[in-house]
Amino acid sequence: MVGVVIVSHSCHLAESVAEFTAVMASDAKVACAGGMEDGSFGTSFEKIHAAVESVYSDDGVLILMDLGSAVMTTEMVIEAMEGRKIRMADCPLVEGAVQATICAVSGMDLDGILAALREVKTASKF
Amino acid sequence: MVDGKKLTAVLMQISHKMTEQKDYLTRLDAAIGDSDHGINMARGFEAVEKKLPSLADKDIGTILKTVGMTLVSTVGGASGPLYGSAFMKAGVAMAGKEDMDLSDFLEAMRTGVEAVQMRGRAGAGEKTMLDSMLPAMDAMEEEASANAQIHTVLKAGVIAAWDGVEGTKDMIATKGRASYLGERSVGHQDPGATSFAYMLETIASMF
Repeated sequence: MVGVVIVSHSCHLAESVAEFTAVMASDAKVACAGGMEDGSFGTSFEKIHAAVESVYSDDGVLILMDLGSAVMTTEMVIEAMEGRKIRMADCPLVEGAVQATICAVSGMDLDGILAALREVKTASKF
Repeated sequence: MVDGKKLTAVLMQISHKMTEQKDYLTRLDAAIGDSDHGINMARGFEAVEKKLPSLADKDIGTILKTVGMTLVSTVGGASGPLYGSAFMKAGVAMAGKEDMDLSDFLEAMRTGVEAVQMRGRAGAGEKTMLDSMLPAMDAMEEEASANAQIHTVLKAGVIAAWDGVEGTKDMIATKGRASYLGERSVGHQDPGATSFAYMLETIASMF
């Protein structure tokens, strides 16, 4: 099963998004990397790295991020783990996390989930 | 011109400068960002400072790469991956070198600035650190091509960097947290451009 990592500047935000995905995909492999080691706002290279490792398998890992440095730090983690099957998705964090975990639990592969998330990106709320 | 010992001494001074300007950089960031630039830069360079004693006898590339990786791991804000990428890529460009001359220095700096452009997907005029980096690089390269000495080259870079910082006040931010403010970002000086100007000023003061 594809693992899903939630990266946010906020520890609580990341944890809540992860928790929220369990409503519809309780069997998903989700890890979060929110905030800095000391609990302050920010993004931590080590936390993201550890979160990816914790849900990694040959099926790969999909990372969803909030804004700014979350994206850039995630990119650097992916570069540092070169050769591993890790991708990031460019879409709204909450909707993306819900969609990604449902897809992952259904056994969809990484490319399939990324395609589904491209639709999440363009979907209108009303 | 610059060996590992000199480079680590320069990095030590940059660290002191970041600590000294910590509150000022954070105040600038409070106006248009998330109020952490000074705190983040000081924390990152404090971690760098701890590693410097064990780096003085290493080659230039290793020192720069280690600084970059340390910043990525400890800064926490956007300046972590940005300055981190800059130092790491500069380190790759200087791999194995025991000594840097002026043209090596400019190559390392240019490589670093290009890394910031790539990582931040940003260019000139977006109210970012690039608005002091790019003019400083251009000014230094121009001086160097006229066979100026290191001191003159760096001085030209510092003047251009601070001019660039001043110029960010009139810009509308289109990258980073400040971009959410849109036109309300006008009138404020960019903290990232400011920290780079302090960095270059510190380097220049040692030659």
